[in-house]
Amino acid sequence: MEVLRYDIVILGSGLAGMRAALQASKASDGKLRIALVSKLHAMRSHSVSAEGGISGVLYPGENNDSIALHAYDTVKGSDYLSDQDAVELLVNHAPSEIRLFDHLGVPWNRDKRGKIILRAFGGMSVPRTAFAADKTGFFMMNALYDTLLSFSNVEIFHEHIVTKLIVHNGKFEGMAAIDMATGETRTFSSNAGIIATGGFGRSYGFTTTSYSSTGDGIALAYAEGISLKDMEFVQFHPTALVPSGILITEAARGEGAYLLNSKGERFMENYAKSKMELAPRDIISRAIMTEIENGRGIKNKEYGDNEFVHLDLRHLGEAKINETLPNIKEISIKMIGVDPSNELLPIRPACHFTMGGINTDINGNVLSSGKKIEGLWAAGECGCVSIHGANRLGSNSLSQCVIWGKMTGNEAARLAMKDKKGNEDKVLEISELEEKRISAILGANGHESPYDLRSELWHTMDNYVGVYRNAKALAHAVKKIAELKKRFAHIGIGDKSAVYNTNLRDALEVWNMLVLSECVAECALNRKESRGAHSRREYQKRNDRAWLKHTIVTLEKGKNRITYKKVKITKWKPEERKY
Amino acid sequence: MEGENTIFLISSFDREQESFKELEYRARTGRFTTVLDALIGLKEHVDPSLSFRYSCRMGICGSCAMVINGKPSLACETNAASAAKDGIISIGPMRAQPLLKGLVTDFDDFFQKHREVFPWIIRNNVREQFDDKKEFHQNEEQRDYFLPFAECIKCGLCIDACPVENTNRFFLGPQALAQAYRYIADSKDQGREKRLDYLDTLNGVWGCEFSGSCSKVCPKSVDPALAIQLLKAEITKYRLTKK
Repeated sequence: MEVLRYDIVILGSGLAGMRAALQASKASDGKLRIALVSKLHAMRSHSVSAEGGISGVLYPGENNDSIALHAYDTVKGSDYLSDQDAVELLVNHAPSEIRLFDHLGVPWNRDKRGKIILRAFGGMSVPRTAFAADKTGFFMMNALYDTLLSFSNVEIFHEHIVTKLIVHNGKFEGMAAIDMATGETRTFSSNAGIIATGGFGRSYGFTTTSYSSTGDGIALAYAEGISLKDMEFVQFHPTALVPSGILITEAARGEGAYLLNSKGERFMENYAKSKMELAPRDIISRAIMTEIENGRGIKNKEYGDNEFVHLDLRHLGEAKINETLPNIKEISIKMIGVDPSNELLPIRPACHFTMGGINTDINGNVLSSGKKIEGLWAAGECGCVSIHGANRLGSNSLSQCVIWGKMTGNEAARLAMKDKKGNEDKVLEISELEEKRISAILGANGHESPYDLRSELWHTMDNYVGVYRNAKALAHAVKKIAELKKRFAHIGIGDKSAVYNTNLRDALEVWNMLVLSECVAECALNRKESRGAHSRREYQKRNDRAWLKHTIVTLEKGKNRITYKKVKITKWKPEERKY
Repeated sequence: MEGENTIFLISSFDREQESFKELEYRARTGRFTTVLDALIGLKEHVDPSLSFRYSCRMGICGSCAMVINGKPSLACETNAASAAKDGIISIGPMRAQPLLKGLVTDFDDFFQKHREVFPWIIRNNVREQFDDKKEFHQNEEQRDYFLPFAECIKCGLCIDACPVENTNRFFLGPQALAQAYRYIADSKDQGREKRLDYLDTLNGVWGCEFSGSCSKVCPKSVDPALAIQLLKAEITKYRLTKK
């Protein structure tokens, strides 16, 4: 076992984590030693899969756009569950970040004169999404990773799985990891930590997200008594390619694509007459499921058991598709042999983003039972500052990642510059216990396969905690997940080798997903209204009188204890959400 | 398993024995099954120790590079039915990198070579680079000079296909060289001379023997071979004219 001492340790290497590393480095003039720890090769994090773009009012006044309008759209899109002071931070800082990434090398799409082009996105009143073709996340990740290579004070630890956050007496002390290449324990001791591990979309079987999106950082925080917020709100992206679930960006509709049912009708006319295919994602996903339930979906056994509808890009023309949507064209051709310039794409809603996550204050500082954990922040999808509330608008996620990456990087640097002394004894003691725990899991020879547990979890989440929810289905999911958690105790790890043990990694991820999925199902069962992405059959209306509040869930004596917290409303009073 | 229609012959690196195990598995593949899907299925149901790297399964993260039927390929972009020859698919790890386990190779040297070419925007005025108040000017045409080379996903397939890289581990290789060109070709960058000085060596651009195999296997059509020839031209011009 090895204990390494750093001024700041960042867990996760997506846009939020790497932006935090860059900022902390800049803020300290390269003086602080920063460890960036990733369970993947750092440049391969799920942010690379973000396609459509990043929101930000680059040119206020043009198209009648304004910072305030971006805020209003975001609040309305969230079904009034966002904290409005956080939303204001987002919209105020987004344009600067787009310009910074321009300087770092992102090839934003530009017009002939060189101006950055903005495209339309769902729920946004006017086009305000900057993009680099349909690989925006990939190009931003590349720019960040490459830029970080120029900083000698940032050390990147590729393929290290963190299994334990070390929090003692309300203070962050470090984290313990397994180095995949050797199987050895490597502990990072530090007074400042940032969790940036993304969401847990992979707890669903049909999802747009990477296999790595298993919510590890959220589950690790939860195990330390840190509370989670708004876990019942899971975003289903309307247009995931069938049968794989690969994302077909909302930008396809932003550029003008249609949604068609089995009769060839543009059915969105019946659900969101004014915004049509550019209504927010929750509304379109419900529309697609309703079409399918009413017999207007398309069946084709070759594409699996699930029915789908069509996304029609044919009228956009090949030139426009090649310029603005080349990646989804490449994906469709390579994955299902369909060229969207002249054929219809089979799509249906898939789990895409988890609005809930680690409960933080507006600066990303992690909260436990309302109190700050000293020296620990969360940034990006894993944190719930409450920008997206009950439903995120497309392209607001990349802005959130980089803005809270920057903010938490600054905060961590400020603390690390003044507080240098660590609690070495405690860190060592907890790491040794953790090493024993992991080696016990590695040695486990039980009869349960982690993959069976995972596929049962996927089936449960897909079928009982989906787009539409009801008490009976949710109660079933709660019971089923509890059973899966019990069975995890009898797990068997077939691969006993130390080096690059993905069997062990998969088992640890399954546990994390079970813990978080249980929170989702329990919080969803509790919330007796429909708001944003949480849609209950028995309570079809939003109920502000009883439910205009955040769900907070905390682990207490092995049980998930649910409480509620007020929503921060500044300028925009709740009104009916119509598009 | 029911309806098994494909045989997978997997050369898996056994770390303890320092040798290859030849594994033979059968699996059912459908019209849309990728080689990655099949490998994941085998790991779940047949052999939990099967080791391979993967994440996004949509050809953008660059994790799942391996040799499929003799060709360096991304497993997630390779359709199993199309790849199968007489119902057989052979799979092995890339060989230009040190082997870790199973189909997994060690990317440390690869990442180090990438870092050596100063793969970031270099500005004479660093403060200006981090000033987020205004945009740097760049038009569509200027963007198109470097855009194709910016598509690199660092998967390692090009170095695996490169005959020079496979015989001379000090050669910087097609990935790093293509990225050097990507930044040189970017109108926002001011680090051209620094990079050209660094690359003007036998293990730099002059190591390339232009077999072109890097470009043949690149899953993102980056064309590293072209980038390297353009670098050779840049260096020649720079040496002759000091420009």
